[in-house]
Formats: sequence, C-alpha cells, structure tokens
Amino acid sequence: MIIKNKAIVADDWVVLRLSEQESADNVTVPAGKVIVPLQVWLQQRDALQQRDDIGVWLASAERPEDLKDDVHKLSVIAVDFPKFSDGRGYSIAYNLRARLGYTGELRAIGDVLRDQLFYMQRVGFDAFAPRPDRNIEDALKGLSDFSEVYQTSFNQKLPLFRRVQRKGNPAADMT
Amino acid sequence: MYRYDEYDQQIVNERVEQYRDQVRRRLSGELTEEEFLPLRLQNGLYMQIHGYMLRIAVPYGFISSRQIRMFAHIARKYDRGYGHFTTRQNIQFNWLKLEDTPDILTDLASVEMHAIQTSGNCVRNITSDEYAGVAQDEVVDPRPYAEILRQWSTFHPEFAYLPRKFKIAISGGKEDRAAIYAHDIGLSVTKNAQGEVGFRVLVGGGLGRTPVIGSEICEFVPWQHILTYVESILRIYNQYGRRDNKYKARIKILVKALGIDEFKRQVEADWADLKDGPGTLTAEEVDRVASFFTDPAYETLTDHDSALNEFKADSRSFSNWMLRNVKPHRVPGYAIVVLSLKKPGTVPGDATAEQMEAIADLADRYSFGELRITHQQNLVLADVRQKDLIRLWQEATAYELTAPNIGLLTDIISCPGAEFCTLANARSIPLAKLIAERFESLDFQHDIGEITLNISGCVNACGQHHIGNIGITGVEKKDHDEWYQVSLGGAEGNNSSIGKIIGPSFTFNQVPEVIDRLLQVYLRERMEAERFIDTVRRIGHGPFKEYVYATEFAVEEEEIADKHVVVPAEYSVPYYSPRF
Repeated sequence: MIIKNKAIVADDWVVLRLSEQESADNVTVPAGKVIVPLQVWLQQRDALQQRDDIGVWLASAERPEDLKDDVHKLSVIAVDFPKFSDGRGYSIAYNLRARLGYTGELRAIGDVLRDQLFYMQRVGFDAFAPRPDRNIEDALKGLSDFSEVYQTSFNQKLPLFRRVQRKGNPAADMT
Repeated sequence: MYRYDEYDQQIVNERVEQYRDQVRRRLSGELTEEEFLPLRLQNGLYMQIHGYMLRIAVPYGFISSRQIRMFAHIARKYDRGYGHFTTRQNIQFNWLKLEDTPDILTDLASVEMHAIQTSGNCVRNITSDEYAGVAQDEVVDPRPYAEILRQWSTFHPEFAYLPRKFKIAISGGKEDRAAIYAHDIGLSVTKNAQGEVGFRVLVGGGLGRTPVIGSEICEFVPWQHILTYVESILRIYNQYGRRDNKYKARIKILVKALGIDEFKRQVEADWADLKDGPGTLTAEEVDRVASFFTDPAYETLTDHDSALNEFKADSRSFSNWMLRNVKPHRVPGYAIVVLSLKKPGTVPGDATAEQMEAIADLADRYSFGELRITHQQNLVLADVRQKDLIRLWQEATAYELTAPNIGLLTDIISCPGAEFCTLANARSIPLAKLIAERFESLDFQHDIGEITLNISGCVNACGQHHIGNIGITGVEKKDHDEWYQVSLGGAEGNNSSIGKIIGPSFTFNQVPEVIDRLLQVYLRERMEAERFIDTVRRIGHGPFKEYVYATEFAVEEEEIADKHVVVPAEYSVPYYSPRF
C-alpha cells in the first residue's frame, strides 16, 4: 500500500535495489512493474526504454539532470530518503518538477515518515511509500498538518502575499 | 511591531497541534527518540542535563510587554522562576517537562509567539540590529525585511533538513550591530547610488569549530529579489553541503571548498530561473509589513534636559549609567536605554519572573510597550523620553537592571555551559561570575573602557568567543577536567576578526588572573584613548602572550571528590540525557 494523491491505494511497483554483488550494467531487471536505480536505467537504457513498466529511482546524492532527456518517458520516478534527516531529496523533487518539467508520479521511498509528508507534497511528491513498520493511515494525516503556507514551492506556485489580501497595521498612516 | 493576521495565527496554532500530537506519539512510544529528535529540535526543544530546555523565538529580538509577561508566566508555572536570554536574541527555559511543552506553546501562541525552527538543521530565527528603527546611522530599517524573511523561512518545505543549522542576520545601519560577518548569510540592507534599496549579501560566515568571516557573494541584490536569491543559496547548500561529517557540514565549508566565485556561479545559475518569478517580492507586501514598523507617536522635544545634567552631577551612579547604558536616538529628546542583565554576581542573560514583569511595566510606562533583546544578552528600551531617564533609572535600579557596564569588561557574553548543556566541556556561568566579581570595580572598568569578553563552554561557540576581544573556550582534556583556552583579537562589527588562541590552556581559577595580565599589558602599552582591540591589533599577540605565561599562577583549584557525579534533577523526566 502507498499513499497516492492523498489516498491509500494498492501498489504493484517493485523497487529494485542492487545487492553488493550486482552491478548496474549486468543486473537482470525482472519482468513486471519495476522501479530501477538511476544507474541501471542509464546503463541499460536502450533495453529498458522499450518497456512501459519501468520507473527510475534516484539516490539522494544523484542528480535529477541525468534524467533530463527521459522525464517524459517515465510514468514513475522515485526519490530515496536513506535517512529522514537527509534533505537532498526535497531539492531533487523540486528540480524534477520545476526545472525538468516532470509530470508523472513522483514517489518518496526509503525512510519516509509521517512528519515529513507535508513538506514532501509541497516540493512536488504526489506518492509516498511510508516505512513499512508504520501505520499508513496515521502517515496520511501528515499531509494535512497545515492549511496555509507562506512561501512558494512546487505545489503552491504563489507565495501567500500574492494570493490573499493581507492586513497591514490599522494604526499606521498608509498614505 | 509586527502583529499576526489570521494567516500567521492559524499557522502557529496548527503548529501547536502538530507538535502536541508529536509529543503524544513520543510519550506513547510510537516515535523513537531518534525520530522525535529532529521534530522536537525544529521546535526548539533540547534535552539537557537537568531536563528539557525550550528555546523560544523572539523574531529579530523584538518583543512586546505583553509577550515578556508571558515569559514571566511560563517561568513561574513551568520552570524555576527565571529565563535565560541568548546570543540568538531568544529566550531559553531550562527546567521543563516534556509533557508541559505543548501547553507552553499554546500559551505562547496566545501572544503571537512560537518556538519554530529555533533549533535543528533548518533556517533558524533571524537576528537583527537591536537599535533598528532608532539608530542614528540607519540607512534602511531592516525590520520589515527581517519579518518577510521570517515568514519565508517558516516551514520552508525544501530547507527543513539541511546538512546543518542555518543562521541569517540582517542589519541596516552604517555600523553592523548584528554580527552579519559571523552568519551563514549576512545581509546588509542599504541603498545604491540611485537611492534604490537592496542588499549586500555575505555568505559562509560562522563561528563554531571552524570560525570564518563571511565572503561577499553579491554587492547589491535589489530588494525585490532577496527572497529568491536567498532561496538559491539555500538550494545549492542543501544539494551540495557535506552530510558525511557534522563538523564540516556548515555552508562555510562548502563555500571554502568551491571558492566564493564558483559558489556564486552555481547560486546565480539556479537564481536565473527564479528571478522575476512569483517568489519576487512586491512593493505592496513590503509596504504592508513596513506599516507595522512606523514610528510610534513621538512628541516634539529637544535634547539636553537640564534636570538630567543636574542629576548627573549629583549622582555618580547615574552619570556612569548615562555614559554606558544610554545611547543616542535619532529623534530629538529621546534616548535608547540598555537594561543590563550583567550585574556582577548574577548570571549573564538571566532574568527572573519578577524582573521580567518589572521590565514589561517599564516598557509600558516609558517605551511604547516594546523591547528588544540584544545578542549581547541585554534588553533595550528603544524609545525613552530623555526627561524620563531619571525615573526610569530609579525604578530599574530597584530590580538590579542598571549595572552601568554596557560594552565594558563585566558585560560578559556567556553560553549556559556544562551545568546545563550536554555539549559543553566546561562551566561558563560560574566563570563569568568569577570574572565579573574580580573586575567589579567601576573605576577600573571605565579605565579599561570598551572591551568584549565572550565565554563558550565548548567549540560550538554559543558564547561567540571567536569574536570577543578576549574569548574563552572550554576544552576537554583527559578525565573530565575543565580547561579553558584564551583567544585574543576577535571583534564584531564592520571590522570583524576572529581571535587567535594565545597558547596552552588554563584551569578555571587561573582564567581571571590571565585576564588581569592581559589587561595589565594593555594598560602598559596603550596609546591615548586607544581601545583594547586597537592595542592588540597594533602590537600583536606577542607582548600579551609573553606576559601571561612569564610567571606561575598562584591560584589553587578546589578539590572535587568525584567529578563524574552529576547531580540529578529534582523531578523525574521521562527520558534522561546521556550524562546521567
């Protein structure tokens, strides 16, 4: 189960993680819907792009620009959070959406916990695979911690000051 | 000062509920301590030696009398009757229970306050000039921009899990009073030759383990673009700042590694895409926020009240106070008053609930109900009529708030140190007290004149020891002994510099004697009206070092029966610090 578009849904994508013995150029990508590491995609692109059931995941140290020619081909891109405290994935997501124009599913995987979800959806994630030892119903609540935000990011292009009429100081002479 | 509208209030209220639920999940065991840690830190809650410490944000150091009364209430109800003002212009309470903290935040939200991002690896509370709006040398009032940046950085989704903490300071005077050279981003709001407002942007300054003076990344960023420019700096840092070693994770290390030119190129490449986009600031928004920082209802007055001069002649204490604690105001007939939290014998930066209430009353009576907290851990009443100074002095004296020592030797900046903080190697507060008592003589202090003395209990530099004329740092040697390094030649302001260590470290009781010897060299070598720092810069470290180490120290250290024993707190806290 994952959270997608603010609902808990069944999910049949498998995330391929390489073991130490495997390498990106010779690992066999199984049949079915598989999210492969970026390096596997780059090494085996000719074969993999023939399939319509391939997604790609990025590690937090990898660059989204490596997918710049491919974003329109992919229906799922995932970003891995090796630890919840590693915040690089937020900028990766922002760059994938805002700079590279990726419009498909953007999924957070790895150490994904309830209290990060609000921030994650703001930078462009629309799917979340919370850590399996946690209650997914509970994690879903994290998406609605706040009903208003100040600054621009991906899911809210306009900062608050451009969206609403905010009050100035009634006591000040505004002339 | 800025007042919340319904949006600000709603965001803060929702934060309280979010945090309340996080505490509930921690107490029920749903969250591990490791998972709870970054959540509580982003809300300013630390686990200290005695219990939990809560750091409450005082945005750019501005606070109303109503808010400081709430601090007094919190001190009484949840703590031990006092609070500690910090070098981040915030306040800390040291003896809290985890279970109480959600209620404290509810209380704070009722007076438009919070503890958001006062810790953690995120953009921290933005600091500014404590004389903003009233300083004679002000070019542009930094407060509206400080508030705009506060809102922009509050819950910024992309920059909540940075490699390390991130501090922004903003100053708008000709003289920098916000230590902008010692911040991850230092902003100087100014005007160009055409009279347009913009920012000189410094990046990569910071203290801590590797002290660095910030480098200029852009000479002039027009005001419309400041949010997007800062966003690009943060984005480059978030992606490329080191995460493998927390001691090399601050932006200063990245800027050093890339070089300022390459760092700037990367920032501006990112920024090219944001410039003139929706994040660009509007004149309407600046005007709206600025409307909260217009002048209070000043009366038309003249300077030089004759009663003041008469009283000065009569009272040496008052004239000393006028000399050190009262600063010129840009409006005739008004003065800026610094209330000292450094009376020798007391803890630097501490204020009791009773003092806080008295301070709130003074603010209401004499300064339009507003106060500022300084990064030197004092308080400022910014808009006092000169004709009220005598009464104000008398009333404040009753609460021990008029030590005439601002900018003098006993105006010591000190971190809480090893009695409170799990990071510290050595005690800071008792050392500050010992030094203050030794040099309490006002004649001596006035003779020494302007000097800064900063104490940090460890290299993390919360006492900003690198930019003290004399800096003292607790260093751990073997077996938990307390040792202190002494550095010389640090300074803040336009001519900032990082102090250099003079030599081998000292014991607790040797430090006051070391300071005395440093001062003796200054008194011997100084030229007419030369400040301590200027003598150090002119003659170098050599003569100071030579004299300090020339003779043995005749002090004795007290015997501590068992230095591994830490006295436990008097109530049970649910999760003990590793020191127990």
